[in-house]
Amino acid sequence: MHRRLALAAAAALCGTLVLSACSSDGGSGDAAKAASGPVKLTFWSWAPNMDKVAEVWNKAHPDVQVSVLKQAGGDDLVTKTITAAKAGNAPDLIQAEYQALPTLVSNDVLADIAKQAGDAKSQFADGVWKQVTLGSDAVYAIPEDTAPLAFYYRQDLFEQYGLKVPTTWDEFAATARALKQQAPDKSLTTFSANDPGLFAGLAQQAGAAWWTTSGESWKVAIDDPATKKVADFWSGLVKDGAVDNQPMYTPAWSKALNDGTQVGWVSAVWAPGVLTSSAPDTKGKWAMAPLPQWESGASVTGSWGGSATGVTTGAVKSGHAEAAAKFATWLNTDPEALAALVQQVNVYPAATSAQTGSLLSAAPEFFADQPDFYARAAEIAKGTAPAAWGPNVNVAYSAFKDAFGKAAQDKGDFGAALSAMQRSTVEDLKKNGFQVG
Amino acid sequence: MASPPPAARALRRRGSLAPYGFLGPAALLFTLFFALPIGFAVYLSLRAVKVKGLGLGSHARTEVWAGLSNYTSALSDSELLSGSGRVLLYGALLVPTMLGAALFFALLLDVPRVRFGAFSRLVIFLPYAVPGIVASTLWGFLYLPQVSPGYYLLTQAGMSGPDLLHGGGLYLAMANIAVWGGTGFNMIVIYTSLRALPAELYEAARLDGCSELQIALRVKIPLVAPSLVLTFFFSMIATLQVFAEPMTLKPLTNSMSSTWSPLMKVYRDAFVQGNVYSAAATSVVIAAATLLLSFGFLKLVNKRTNGGS
Repeated sequence: MHRRLALAAAAALCGTLVLSACSSDGGSGDAAKAASGPVKLTFWSWAPNMDKVAEVWNKAHPDVQVSVLKQAGGDDLVTKTITAAKAGNAPDLIQAEYQALPTLVSNDVLADIAKQAGDAKSQFADGVWKQVTLGSDAVYAIPEDTAPLAFYYRQDLFEQYGLKVPTTWDEFAATARALKQQAPDKSLTTFSANDPGLFAGLAQQAGAAWWTTSGESWKVAIDDPATKKVADFWSGLVKDGAVDNQPMYTPAWSKALNDGTQVGWVSAVWAPGVLTSSAPDTKGKWAMAPLPQWESGASVTGSWGGSATGVTTGAVKSGHAEAAAKFATWLNTDPEALAALVQQVNVYPAATSAQTGSLLSAAPEFFADQPDFYARAAEIAKGTAPAAWGPNVNVAYSAFKDAFGKAAQDKGDFGAALSAMQRSTVEDLKKNGFQVG
Repeated sequence: MASPPPAARALRRRGSLAPYGFLGPAALLFTLFFALPIGFAVYLSLRAVKVKGLGLGSHARTEVWAGLSNYTSALSDSELLSGSGRVLLYGALLVPTMLGAALFFALLLDVPRVRFGAFSRLVIFLPYAVPGIVASTLWGFLYLPQVSPGYYLLTQAGMSGPDLLHGGGLYLAMANIAVWGGTGFNMIVIYTSLRALPAELYEAARLDGCSELQIALRVKIPLVAPSLVLTFFFSMIATLQVFAEPMTLKPLTNSMSSTWSPLMKVYRDAFVQGNVYSAAATSVVIAAATLLLSFGFLKLVNKRTNGGS
């Protein structure tokens, strides 16, 4: 009886197999049809309204359809992307901050698209382009936005306290102290240990190059004299209580910006967006000035953030690299795309033509008093110092937060914190088998 | 004797298979969702990535056997030890306070003819229903002097509030969130076992001239000791695994490092620094330590009760 049952089961199974063979045949026929249909690309981005920009492309390119999957930005997005790539689930296109590019390349997430997109070089400033090539002949991403640093200040309060807009860091320190004397409860700005990106930008301005290569080995110079100078400068201000030491992006910080407890902010070109949401009551009271300089008369600045669009190695495997590279290039160089990026996504585009063109002729609403906001921004952006990123920026950044957080709280020695950051970064490289020179 | 007829033999054989059939689903689920992930974590903890040259370009990274090196570096990392120290200090503040409050409320609610019993029970229990991240965000706002209504009232009254986001205050701030969220749950556990005690015991105690307070101290507390042990056990494990609260408070203060608690270090290693191998090793170490502590505690308690009886 058992045997008969088994036979029956086997027969049934065979039947299913035959059936499924039939249906799978039909299925592959469908798949073949789909393959001749539009190429479907996925794009991970954290920028709001990026899907609207993709729609512009989708309308003009029925054969390549891009769908945007919105991600939460942050430290762990890099890890998430790497994990997805390892599992074979990576999207075809990703938005990535410049400092994450070496990490992504090192984990074999980003594909070299020099063949498809190498011509885009002329559209970008040299320093920006260097960040997506990592100094090699390869092209790992197309620059999307840049974020040159500037100094933002409350015009009304500067006038009230008779302060002059600082043009050098010495003047900046003097201004901070003068303000403290007149209004002890106010601060010119805060040193935030939560934002390694800002510190990195300030170090770039001073001439730091944190990661460099020579031959087959990396050189880490986080504690180089330029960065030390920056660390000591802020250390002195925090120690004397001339500037605040609370972290940025907290409810307390927003309130301080909104009620004028903080009268200035060293930030990037995207600051108007943050001020609009964090300090809505101060609309029209802010102005932007070039970042204070280390040498009087110079016009150098660093960057805080900025991102690029990259094509993944997953897209190469699925044969979508060509289409994806085309989209990445279109997104960041085509006038129509740049217009959508500026108007819908509110980015400061990396393409030089868009920075000075008619797209950015009107100042941000929050800075209505400064009609030439973007003309000034473009002028500031010209002096952007190159950034030098390495394969473990994430490790250095997390070490910065811990070491500088403690130092800022204790009003202690930032030099020691900087050494700790250097040490952690080098140790991590060595542990992973990198050659460190 | 003649052997049993074939039908009976088959029946017996089928009968002896039945327990395995019943065990099957549980064993399968246990293997799939418990044993395999743990096994994978242990496997990962013995691996590491090695980079060739600059590490750029494809195939620059290869996974290799690392032996016990992840364990030696996890155990020799002073941050894991100091993180455990911080968590123990936090637990020393939290657990007695929370269980004390839970026992106190449970005893109060168990007093005969208590008014608004059901309502009070619900109110005390309610914070437990608030997710830890929401609770920490709420409390975080209350701890920031610049935006907290509590600090506002204090300054209006000419006083300055305590600094709850730095130094020792941070432990109070953290323990407060957990006490607020956890007291209700523990109260329900203790209260339920109080309700299960036979009323005759109280009647006998009353006849012997016990006051309500004496009944609580001499009759109720000793009889609910097993549930106190249970709640202590749960609280201890929850303390060792504290994660959501410090993670949520971290952006608000300079004083919370990314490795404040042992689990935060695991998170940082895996998801900020991208090193799942070292994170796996640290996880295994934490799991082993938790297991050791839990069983040590249970053994201690059992010895006590056995020795006492």
